[in-house]
Amino acid sequence: MIERRYDIVIVGSGAGGGTVASGLAPLCRDGLRVLVLEKGARLLDHEFTGRELDMADALYEDGGGFLTADGTMTLAFGRAYGGSTVVYTGTSLAAPERVIRAWDVPGLDHADLVGRSRKYAEQNNVHSLAPDLLNDNNRLFVEGCAKAGYVAEQFPLNLRGCKGSSLCNLGCPNLAKQGTHRVQLPAAERGGVEVVTRADVRRVEDRAVLVRVHAKAHGEKGSSSEWGPGDYRVRARIVVLAGGAIGSPALLLRSGFGLRLPRLGAGFTCHPAHILVAEHERPITNDVGHPKSFYLDRAAEERFVLETCMYFPFTTAKNLTGFGPSHSALMRAFPRLQMILVLACDKAVPQNRVTVDADGNPVVRYTYTRETVEAMVRATRASARIFFAAGAVRVHAPESDPPLIDRKDAGRVDELIAARHFKLGKVSVSAAHLMGGCGMGRSAEDSVTDAWGRVHGVPWLRVADASLFPDSVEINPYLTIMGLADRAAEGIRSDAPTLLGTA
Amino acid sequence: MTDPVLPPVQRPFRALATTVVPEAERLDGPGWAELERIVEEQLARRPAAIRRQFRFLVRLLEFLPVARFGRPFSALDAARRLRFLEAVQDAPLLLLRRGVWGLRVLVQMGYYGQAERAAEIGYRADPRGWEARR
Repeated sequence: MIERRYDIVIVGSGAGGGTVASGLAPLCRDGLRVLVLEKGARLLDHEFTGRELDMADALYEDGGGFLTADGTMTLAFGRAYGGSTVVYTGTSLAAPERVIRAWDVPGLDHADLVGRSRKYAEQNNVHSLAPDLLNDNNRLFVEGCAKAGYVAEQFPLNLRGCKGSSLCNLGCPNLAKQGTHRVQLPAAERGGVEVVTRADVRRVEDRAVLVRVHAKAHGEKGSSSEWGPGDYRVRARIVVLAGGAIGSPALLLRSGFGLRLPRLGAGFTCHPAHILVAEHERPITNDVGHPKSFYLDRAAEERFVLETCMYFPFTTAKNLTGFGPSHSALMRAFPRLQMILVLACDKAVPQNRVTVDADGNPVVRYTYTRETVEAMVRATRASARIFFAAGAVRVHAPESDPPLIDRKDAGRVDELIAARHFKLGKVSVSAAHLMGGCGMGRSAEDSVTDAWGRVHGVPWLRVADASLFPDSVEINPYLTIMGLADRAAEGIRSDAPTLLGTA
Repeated sequence: MTDPVLPPVQRPFRALATTVVPEAERLDGPGWAELERIVEEQLARRPAAIRRQFRFLVRLLEFLPVARFGRPFSALDAARRLRFLEAVQDAPLLLLRRGVWGLRVLVQMGYYGQAERAAEIGYRADPRGWEARR
């Protein structure tokens, strides 16, 4: 075991870890040593090819195929320098006031959080795309919403020099997306923070972490790790966990923190999602242009959010229900397909949690509540109305049997799309907004950390990622993660003199 | 290195694959080799128990139809294969539904994950984005 010493070690480099790293970089000027450990690789610019299987393999945990314990939902999360910020679409929304109020975390103020989120929105060049850069897939959503009686809103996006490759979820090949891999991490490294990739943190000990650094396998994308392969014990006087809603609780659970923190792993939510597809008579621009430029927020009223989206052939095939000739016919209509991503705003319930298996690997237990299924059904019905209003001739709805609904039946969507057709193991459900597991709150009885990400009873240990959410944020989460991570960094800077003995 | 999963069940696997993606019928030798390489690569990353379960599933789906049609899956015509697999996909047992879901996802990955197949369905995404279309 190789020993290393730092003042602060950050586990994870996504929206949380990247933000904390940039927030702590000024400490390096005072001679403090700050280290980021990232499980994934640091890809070279030319390695972002946009090829579906290659990029999924290089950038996602389990190649994007991580499943819940009962195998009924795919959870997509990034594993790379920059974490999930490498593979999101750059949609930049601040948390709604009603959500933060409902979280009811003492010391967490909506105005403070939004102020911090805005700071990162500015850093990341968040803006709305000009109308001439919108594709038909997005325009049809806006038109369909208007005709169906809804008001679509435009997403603010963190792009710089977007060429409209449509490949955001495979890592932007034009380096346009301003994730932590483009903004906060390079800034932190310039400021003196060290980043070590291919570093899988297996355990947290008292003011230390145990890390296994992996060698680059033959044919694998990315640079070799900054450290040689092997097992390391990294001692640090402050440890910050930012491995995400699965990684952080799983790491603490396998490190034995479960006894002192009974809420560890609890409160997992994920916005369960369907990719819905509709066929138009004529080709539309769909696989060119930014894929996710508009959304419809019905979270407060109906517990769902609809977003424009465009996925790649395999992902699309996987997310359609079934197989065989009707499935193939829809796939062959690819140039005529419009897509909507349906997100249900699930609530934290006791049965949904992150656990670990005997080897310490994460296991996510997820049960669909009646409310979540009903939200997905309402969202699918609304999407079908929007598709037909936009001129679609056929709509694929997973909660319909058969799943294809013809235009002549457009008036029957409420009857045809029903919860009884939501058959687990048959319909494809995926999620990419993974939240909770180290929730903030008052004490160890109701939570894992306080409002600044301090783990209850463990002053040297902090959490700074989406696992802090006590419940679903009901909108795309990354700016909220950055806001919370900014608070964690501020808390560390403020506590550093005591914890690091530099007072 | 792990032992490949598919060789002992190649015949029923291909019959299942062409039921999931009928166009796979038109694949030539290299096309099948690529589809099976992708599937094997995915299976190789899974624990040995999962690989065994996958092979068992393929065998189960091959022989279950004997009770109903008097022939194994691979000896059925395309319509009967489809009807049978759809019935399993709708089975009351979650385990069976999950099994069919996993199988069809692997086949779809092996097929649509190939750049040539993606191009055949008209997928044209290009890193150059709008510039490539204008």
